[in-house]
Amino acid sequence: MGGLRYIEEFRDPALGQSLLSSLKKDAKSLPRSPVRIMEFCGGHTHAFHRFGLLGLLPEEIRMVHGPGCPVCILPKGRIDAAIELAQRKEVILVTYGDVLRVPGSHGMTLMRGRSRGADIRIVISAMEALSLADDNPDREVVFFAIGFETTTPPTAAVLLEAKKRGLKNFSVFTNHVLTPPAMRGILSDSQVDGIIGPSHVSTVIGSRAYDFVAREFQVPLVVAGFEPLDILLSLRMLLAQIRQGKAEVENEYIRAVTPEGNPRSLELIDRVFEKTADFEWRGLGLLPQSALSIREEFSEFNAEKRFGFRIESVSDPGVCECGEILRGIKAPRDCRIFGTTCTPDTPVGACMVSAEGACAAAFHYGTGEAR
Amino acid sequence: MSGERTMTGPRLDLENGRIEMIHGNGGRASAKLVEEILLPAFDNEWLHPLGDQARFDLPGGRFAMTTDSYVISPLFFPGGDIGSLAVHGTVNDLAMGGAQPLYLTTGFILEEGFPLSDLVRIVRSMAMAAKNCGAALVAGDTKVVERGKGDGIYINTAGIGQIPDGLTLDPSGISPGDVLLISGTIGDHGAAVLAAREGFRLASTLRSDSAPLHSLVQTMMNSGPGLVCLRDPTRGGVASTLNEWARTSGLPIEIREEGIPVREEVRGVSELLGIDPLYLANEGKLLAVCRPEAADRILSAMKTHPLGYEAARIGMVGKDSSRIPVGGVLMKTLMGGTRMVDWLLGDPLPRIC
Ligand code: SF4
Repeated sequence: MGGLRYIEEFRDPALGQSLLSSLKKDAKSLPRSPVRIMEFCGGHTHAFHRFGLLGLLPEEIRMVHGPGCPVCILPKGRIDAAIELAQRKEVILVTYGDVLRVPGSHGMTLMRGRSRGADIRIVISAMEALSLADDNPDREVVFFAIGFETTTPPTAAVLLEAKKRGLKNFSVFTNHVLTPPAMRGILSDSQVDGIIGPSHVSTVIGSRAYDFVAREFQVPLVVAGFEPLDILLSLRMLLAQIRQGKAEVENEYIRAVTPEGNPRSLELIDRVFEKTADFEWRGLGLLPQSALSIREEFSEFNAEKRFGFRIESVSDPGVCECGEILRGIKAPRDCRIFGTTCTPDTPVGACMVSAEGACAAAFHYGTGEAR
Repeated sequence: MSGERTMTGPRLDLENGRIEMIHGNGGRASAKLVEEILLPAFDNEWLHPLGDQARFDLPGGRFAMTTDSYVISPLFFPGGDIGSLAVHGTVNDLAMGGAQPLYLTTGFILEEGFPLSDLVRIVRSMAMAAKNCGAALVAGDTKVVERGKGDGIYINTAGIGQIPDGLTLDPSGISPGDVLLISGTIGDHGAAVLAAREGFRLASTLRSDSAPLHSLVQTMMNSGPGLVCLRDPTRGGVASTLNEWARTSGLPIEIREEGIPVREEVRGVSELLGIDPLYLANEGKLLAVCRPEAADRILSAMKTHPLGYEAARIGMVGKDSSRIPVGGVLMKTLMGGTRMVDWLLGDPLPRIC
């Protein structure tokens, strides 16, 4: 595998050490301290914990988590609707693994629904959902699609293919959301000094998509890769901007991200999807133009229309602090039931579900953010 | 044994709960199933330690007994098949108690429509594996279920082996300062099977490590005293075994990421699938705890054996738990940071053993 040496290069311990010591030096001359840096994306949250980076950062840097975890922001009402749909005899509900444990109302999850007889299948790629529809002509296959701009193009491709083949038993329950509106939501609401921008999402939408962050909010943003050296380097770049009083969009992840993104993927998304008026995010509430819905031209494949279900707005349980955590206001350990009632095997809130969720990462890697 | 067995998180709901896939992940949820349902019903002195095998005295000496079921998909994979795996798995569970395998039994659950040619291939492979281990397959059973009620073939095997006089390998003996050894690279089986399932063509060199470990164990024991306990890190991988030991001993376990051998191809597949090799199943590797003064000697003995030539020291048992929650596993990362190594998070991986 050619790409492998590549991974090792971005995990070089000696380079890591030297970056860390420069970071420490830079941190001494910050105009204010501590500075709050948000990693927007759950992939970065996970990487910080997995590589043990949190404990190595200078104390002048305080990391806060963002909402970039597709499973974490799925509101209860959508899970409830999916569970209800999956209980119909004719339906095979198809989705990505982590979705099965996201709590809906009354502690129900798709996983529980499945152990009570609902036909729910896990896939790794959207195309698999299409093959399931082929293999089960007498059943209704519904793909519960989630994710930011990274997983949207595959869903779009599947919808195009379904139309081409004239499939009669396939539809998509879409929960695809958009990064820039979420970032705007966060910035209007909480104070951060810098943002580590998403890796994979940015390969699709490009670094230019974040220009408004610098322009309208005067917050520096650096798009970064997922490897430890990427992360440390992006922190250095952010500190440099903060020290110089600048607010610009920079790109550390130049090996994969361009300013304009991936035109083919963007075209694909635009061909099949359009922006919704608004979408309810778990934790962030209603955000305007923050999600995608299926264009009229493909409406025969729109599960919401096909089955005519409603998505209720259900409030989160009182104790769960996911909302505050997703907005960067609180840390997992601030939650009273972290690690006791709420664990990755028995998640109460959505942040405890996937490895990219802030609570799950803090529990699993135990590195916390106690500082 | 640290008396109370309680896992973090709420207890199972015995009234209304159902079996969920997560109960098969070899982690916290599986342990709960055993400790809150099976153990209370069956508890006795032989079962209680919850090791890979039960050990008991009979007139002819000391014996070990174990059983395991195999539901792997795909049935055939690079480096083995469900048949050889079913033999190696049970032989290894015996070997981890220091036992040499003697007799095996097997049960097949076959699905209507399963090709006879595949069955022939599988039983021939089982027979060959048993012969190579010096074990006789002495009893068996077959059941057929309707189409759609099984996944081709499920196999159960059980085995009995004899333990040499005077030998005790038991995690209750784990003490502060003990050294942790691994017999070779980790994650090969899990990565090979996952790659085969996903049809990755890139990793053509990836092979399961499925192999019987009793002769490696013999070599280690022959090198002299100082071996405390052994375990083959199958389902749930190295991380789960270390967590079990940390929990049983009530001591912290500290490992170094740098010291853990992982093949490049395995690392690649792990990255692609987003799975840490520490959680990938192994079917021909063992983890050993040994006394510090015996570590170098046992390690060199391992390296002379074909199944242990890549053996390595990966860490040690810590002294006090002030830095680590009781029964925790701490890892120094490549970057020089530290983090916990927890049980597998969330869903079980696809069926790989
Ligand atoms: S620990 Fe659980 S309940 Fe608390 S904030 Fe996190 S997900 Fe919500």
